[in-house]
Amino acid sequence: MPVIIFDQVWHAYSGGTPFETVSLCGLNLEVIEGDLVGLVGLPGSGKSTVLKHLNGLLQPDRGRVLVDGADTRDKKVRKNLWMKVGLVFQYPEKQFFEETVYREVSFGPRNLGLAEPEIDRRVTEALAMVGLDRPGMQQLSPFRLSGGEQRRVALASVLALKPRILALDEPTAGIDPASRKKFFQGLKKLRDDHGITVVMASHNMDDVAALADRVVVLNKGQAVLAGPAGKVFADFAAIRGAGLELPFPCEVIDRLNESGFGIEGAPLTTEAAAEEIYDRLRDKNYGSGDGRTF
Amino acid sequence: MNGLLLPTSGTVTVDGMDTRDPSLLTEIRRRVGFVFQNPDNQLVGTTVEEDIAFGPENLGMSPDSIRESVRFAMRVTGLEGLAGRPPHTLSGGQKQLLAIAGALAMKTECLVLDEPTSMLGPAGRRSVLNLLRKLRENLNLTLVLVTHFMEEAVFADRILLVDGGRIVMDGAPAEVFGSGSRISSVGLELPGPAELAGRLRAYGLDLPDPVLTLDDLVTCLCRL
Repeated sequence: MPVIIFDQVWHAYSGGTPFETVSLCGLNLEVIEGDLVGLVGLPGSGKSTVLKHLNGLLQPDRGRVLVDGADTRDKKVRKNLWMKVGLVFQYPEKQFFEETVYREVSFGPRNLGLAEPEIDRRVTEALAMVGLDRPGMQQLSPFRLSGGEQRRVALASVLALKPRILALDEPTAGIDPASRKKFFQGLKKLRDDHGITVVMASHNMDDVAALADRVVVLNKGQAVLAGPAGKVFADFAAIRGAGLELPFPCEVIDRLNESGFGIEGAPLTTEAAAEEIYDRLRDKNYGSGDGRTF
Repeated sequence: MNGLLLPTSGTVTVDGMDTRDPSLLTEIRRRVGFVFQNPDNQLVGTTVEEDIAFGPENLGMSPDSIRESVRFAMRVTGLEGLAGRPPHTLSGGQKQLLAIAGALAMKTECLVLDEPTSMLGPAGRRSVLNLLRKLRENLNLTLVLVTHFMEEAVFADRILLVDGGRIVMDGAPAEVFGSGSRISSVGLELPGPAELAGRLRAYGLDLPDPVLTLDDLVTCLCRL
């Protein structure tokens, strides 16, 4: 059974007032345990609203959200949901308030009422998971770290709660490419080594293509496309129809196909695109028998 | 570049004016406009029009020329239809256009932009980049764009690759993104088309070094 189910979920902000804004319109969505899911869509398409439903911060006006089979409208379910679902907001480092990395990351486990040795262990583990285990790190001020490191500390402070589901809102917005790469390696490891289910909202198509197992395309509060990344991104027209850009490798293929290359499928990385293009050119030139070799 | 920070040693000059001379700072800051990364950190007015007028007012310009400057800035940035809107109701992209408009209204000669698109969605990013391209073509303006996005850097006349407070490379995009590029050694990536072309060259395909834009890449591949 899927670990997350959205069943005909409707949600409006400021409902019943003149400022009512409908965000989700009968959204259906399923997430399989252990998957890394990319949630893509324009600003206002409902990405953040979906994430906030995962840990019960928001509840459906109509329809239901099931996490591990439990309905989030049930108060008793919500009471424990924050331990199961870790939500990393946009620009999470803006929420730092402690003097040291140790205190920042230990805040969650301490609120769980854990014993000190267990808190220590969780802090050390969580920082190791995000690649911040160099000596002395725990005693630094989080405010003096680089932007990329701050982002990873924020992630660690959620991981220290040992969530089984991790929900991330634009996790790499505003950080540099090298930090982004490290952040993604960390996410992949969480999925591979710890079996954590990851749901990541992003408008960076290249990132989602390279990283996600499955992709959900949101448009005006509905999931207009969902499935394995290779399949979703292969539907160039539908991606564009949702107002989104294609990932760079797909964009190249699309442009080449306009000029008659006839490449099928959707490469998700530049490497894969290079392979497809090379194969196509080789076939074409051998086929035409002009004797050109590569 | 506009005297917000001063060198500990050495000198920075703008149009020959030393930024360490306090009497020159007002003029330096008129000439060098600054757009920050976070669009919410730089808007002061209660409406779009007022926000743009803030700079010219502080320069002590006459009401007529303030009005004219504001109109000019709104026309160039395409914000005319939003003159009466409170800035906080604008999208991120529109806020950055507004910040640029504020600088243009001061008849700035050089615009320094610190990752102006890194907090924007794709549409906002496009609108800011389109404006920058327009400014370069139509106004005699020097642009300094700080960016992590190599696709943005490709359109520059000159690229400075900076690492650890030093300039590592200084040249045209074709040099900086060519096969001898040191871009990866500073933790950055080549623009997508350049990387793809590099991989295809490694397969033995006859492609120029580097290929900087998708349009060029498609044209070259269609010739093979």
